[in-house]
Amino acid sequence: MSITRPSLSALAAFAVALAAASVLMTFFVAPEDADQGLSQKIFYVHVPIALTAYACFGLGAWKALRLLLTRGERYDLESYTGIHQGTIFGALTLVTGSIWAKASWGVWWTWSSNQLVLFLVLFLFYCAYFMLRFSIEPGPQRERISAVYALFGVALIPVSFFAIRLASDFIHPTVFTRDGPQMTGSMFAAFCTSWAAITLLAYVMYRTELAGKRTDVNLRDLREALAR
Amino acid sequence: MSAGEKYVAAAYGVFLVFVLVWAAIIATKLSRLERETGELARLARARTSADQGDG
Repeated sequence: MSITRPSLSALAAFAVALAAASVLMTFFVAPEDADQGLSQKIFYVHVPIALTAYACFGLGAWKALRLLLTRGERYDLESYTGIHQGTIFGALTLVTGSIWAKASWGVWWTWSSNQLVLFLVLFLFYCAYFMLRFSIEPGPQRERISAVYALFGVALIPVSFFAIRLASDFIHPTVFTRDGPQMTGSMFAAFCTSWAAITLLAYVMYRTELAGKRTDVNLRDLREALAR
Repeated sequence: MSAGEKYVAAAYGVFLVFVLVWAAIIATKLSRLERETGELARLARARTSADQGDG
């Protein structure tokens, strides 16, 4: 039995509907936080963006592993696109996190939080991926070196994710503990809706960007064939 | 507008701007791809006509 992939336009429409639902739930259903007040609403956009960045880096690493195992050329473009998306969402994580930090702690950035510093390291590591990739001539060597680099980076993801739990001198809040999410049911529902919306939006962006890059490659090949 | 409201608006605004910029970049890329595909189609048609003329 074959599983048909949903069309990009259907996914995009669903992502927009989910995003609208998440905004409604965030501002009209989830209660205001007793401690942080209204600024806690940033949580519903900041954390899903950060988790999506991790997922995109993970996807890029998975495609890189597939490339190294199978030598399939298509995985190079898929890995690159995943990491590109991850870097964009990583930049958004840093920007929305800084805004939340200013609202809650009164500072845009603090070096005393391991979570922040490790996420910055992860982000810069993947920024360097592009410098490495574009410093090598296109071909199998570039594909393999980029894939190995992408795989090394994925090791930083659990370190960054769990740093908040390993550190003892942090000020970054811990919402998800061993006892479950430390929030009300409606807050958790709003968070899950927002997370689903942003993850789906990232997936739609990934497939759109990949389609564009593949079309670019096909056009280049066609141009070369016609020039002969 | 309170300070909290300003920060929330800024955080959501950043994300909205990102989506709009991304859509604009994709639209630009799509129009470039359309132009390049058109050029290649014209080139292919010209080549086909030339081949038929030779034949």
